[in-house]
Amino acid sequence: MAAFLQQVVSGLASGAIFASLALALVLIYRATDVINFSQGEMATFTTYIAWSLMDNGLSYWPAFLLTLGIAFCGGVALERTVIRPFENKPEITIVIVTIGILIALNAATGWIWGAEVKSFDSPFPNTTHEIGGVTISTVDVGTTVVCLLTVIALWAFFRFTTLGLAMRSAAVNPAASRLLGVRVGRMLAIGWGFAAVLGAVAGMMAAPTVFLDPGMMLVVLIYAFAAAVLGGIDSPVGAVVGGLLLGVIVNLLGAYVDFVGSELRLPSALAILLLALIIRPQGLFGHPTVRRV
Amino acid sequence: MSRYALPALKVALFLGSAVVIAVLPRFMGEFRLSQFTFVAIYFIALLGLNILTGYNGQISLGHGAFMGIGAYVGAVLTLGRPGLEALLLEPPGWLPLGDGMRPVFTIVLAGLVTGVIGFLFGIPALRLAGVSLALATFAMAVSLPQVAKRFDQVTGGGGGITLNLPTTPFGWDISVRHWLYYEAWVTAGVLFIVAWLLVRARVGRAWRSIRDGEIAATASGVSPSLYKTLAFGVSSFYAGVAGALLAIEVSYVNPDTFPLSLSILLLASVVVGGLGSLTGVIFGALLLVFLPIYAQEPPLLPFGFSKQAPGVVFGVLLILIMLLVPSGVAGLLRRLTAPIVRRLRRPQLLPSSTGR
Amino acid sequence: MPLLELRDVEARYGAIRALHGVSLTVEEGEVVSLLGANGAGKTTTLRAISGAVRKTGDVTFDGKSIARHAPESVARLGVAHVPEGRGLFGELTVWDNLRMGAYVRGERKTFKQEAPRVLGYFPWLEARKHQQAGTLSGGEQQMLSLARALVSRPRLLMLDEPSLGLAPTVVRELFGIVKHLNAEEGLSVLVVEQNANIALDASARAYVLEVGTIAVSGTSDELRRHEGVRKSYLGY
Repeated sequence: MAAFLQQVVSGLASGAIFASLALALVLIYRATDVINFSQGEMATFTTYIAWSLMDNGLSYWPAFLLTLGIAFCGGVALERTVIRPFENKPEITIVIVTIGILIALNAATGWIWGAEVKSFDSPFPNTTHEIGGVTISTVDVGTTVVCLLTVIALWAFFRFTTLGLAMRSAAVNPAASRLLGVRVGRMLAIGWGFAAVLGAVAGMMAAPTVFLDPGMMLVVLIYAFAAAVLGGIDSPVGAVVGGLLLGVIVNLLGAYVDFVGSELRLPSALAILLLALIIRPQGLFGHPTVRRV
Repeated sequence: MSRYALPALKVALFLGSAVVIAVLPRFMGEFRLSQFTFVAIYFIALLGLNILTGYNGQISLGHGAFMGIGAYVGAVLTLGRPGLEALLLEPPGWLPLGDGMRPVFTIVLAGLVTGVIGFLFGIPALRLAGVSLALATFAMAVSLPQVAKRFDQVTGGGGGITLNLPTTPFGWDISVRHWLYYEAWVTAGVLFIVAWLLVRARVGRAWRSIRDGEIAATASGVSPSLYKTLAFGVSSFYAGVAGALLAIEVSYVNPDTFPLSLSILLLASVVVGGLGSLTGVIFGALLLVFLPIYAQEPPLLPFGFSKQAPGVVFGVLLILIMLLVPSGVAGLLRRLTAPIVRRLRRPQLLPSSTGR
Repeated sequence: MPLLELRDVEARYGAIRALHGVSLTVEEGEVVSLLGANGAGKTTTLRAISGAVRKTGDVTFDGKSIARHAPESVARLGVAHVPEGRGLFGELTVWDNLRMGAYVRGERKTFKQEAPRVLGYFPWLEARKHQQAGTLSGGEQQMLSLARALVSRPRLLMLDEPSLGLAPTVVRELFGIVKHLNAEEGLSVLVVEQNANIALDASARAYVLEVGTIAVSGTSDELRRHEGVRKSYLGY
């Protein structure tokens, strides 16, 4: 039982990282109607920036916060320059655009910082605690807390502020929001900014474990994508729940199902996910799409 | 201008290209030859992807995985059970591996097996639309290398399978590379014609009507389930053939031959070439082979993209192309040749037409 | 000087021209109807005013040209456009929808001030404040979108086919509120309607739009007596 709980707890930690990135994907999907395939690379790029800041003497938490600020600005800038021109273009066009961003950012990361793997310290001490016979690592707890705090902060923003309300309206019905004085373009840009912040948090929490290299977040993106779709691609709650759930499932699969081993963790998780989607195409919390003729 | 002018011109272009392709080897060394063989291979793969995404509107991020399946099936069938055992592998007894077949059979079988797998994949995929389908194909692309590593008694695991270079058949006095070049291009030509026929037939019209509006298509009596799964099947067949040819060309197959980045680049290339245009595919294939974005010698792609300036340029280029010429190179050519085409299309006036 | 004036406005959707030179005015404190059959261009006219469609020609509001303005800025000038289909935020609550009505003037303060007044006209909204707007009935949704438009104390209220899909009693109630607002608060209203009877009843002047141009205009009484209007739009 203790071993089981241990797997669950560490699964929650990786799940929290998936949840953050998944929420970023959902945010952008709700605002811009597109899956941002470059979300992972954006996270990697900002994590490297954090690394540079710390490499130049800044201590962890100031670097962390500064990176969040830079990430926000980067996300806004990206939306305004690259995404805005494609506002009403077909889906496949925008998919290729985000792929273009993915390729460019991935290459830029390697170009600027080199492709050798770097280490990235966790702000949390490498200790463990015993609670009821279960060994819990401080890093896992810290990671989960940071990710969830970010998510909650964002939730509070959307729920309680005027700007948050305006952003929600712009996502639900952009045309009607315009008639109520909402500058929808600005809302989209801010949405991208917040998504970039979520990505940065996910990246900085993941880096200590997966080590910093240009392809670091590619796998996390896949999990995040899966989590977002599992939760319902238009549901923020779904993204968080989906992420946590996926993290736990993957861990348990790897630990308890022999057939899975280490190579098939990801494919098995994806297979389960797709099975879930086939049964319930809209995901756990999504709304069934009403097809308008 | 007669009403046959335009079709005649198209046939002429096709034959002309065939001649150029046939004659090209005279002017190049072995390495270049190999590169152009890869163009043929990717041409075949992209034809399939264009059918799925361009003509039928289903976005696939997993085409590379189907190429991988074709490559493994082809390699395994070429070696047969004896060959695999010689490599110290112990494939399960129930697999119909045969004793080693000639390439002409392995390529076709690889295509068929991959086609069937694609068709079967297409069935549950019917329940998934848009984003979920993209995820499902993404999942395939990501899973293939892992699955290949796991079932190492058949696939050779991480090390993969090595093949012997084939010999030139019929006693022809050309190098093996030369032969493989022809093999690839003849296959490409045949499959191009097949695709062309499919696209013009009822199947193609059904595919397009589904792409343009599934509900309207259903109302017109087209069964989306059948045609969508068929599209997956056909496109996977093409990918399988391409994969098998690739395995033969490089003489090996391993999990790193078909990474996620391949699927991503295939999609990007088919869009750059021009979705919904079979002739545009050649440009996508040329792009894949000749654009210097790889960290190692083209055209095999490592897990990541080139970590240098060329990668950045390529990414930016993709975005610019989407902005300026979203219908791809084929669309651009169509626009440029529009005046000529219009002239060729003008119907012949009958001598007894009302005077003007 | 009229509050709103359109002069020779032409609008197109891609290659299709929807408006071929429309001119109309709305004076301050007036209720004006824009009548016409389906496809005449009534909705396009409103969208031309709010800036949601490409157009040529003059549109002046309160003396200022708004021809080049985006919808957000037109809204900021005090034009409240209740679009066809109501334009509600279905997934948001009734309360959130109402709050968004105040957004254009600074949500928090304005909402605090104006909410009591608006709830006075639609008292039942308070009880439903946490209900998802999309789950309201058609009539309730129309009332909510009207309420939302009123929260910002607009200078000009534009209603696009408010009676569409609503039961006659609800339609009467709605227009009753509009008439009351015009009488009590001097709210200027431009109403687009297919239901000519109820529209003429509530307005002082009216225009009839046919195939993108104004065919007839005049006071409501004049239009009610006009033979062509009677035959085509009033049914007698």
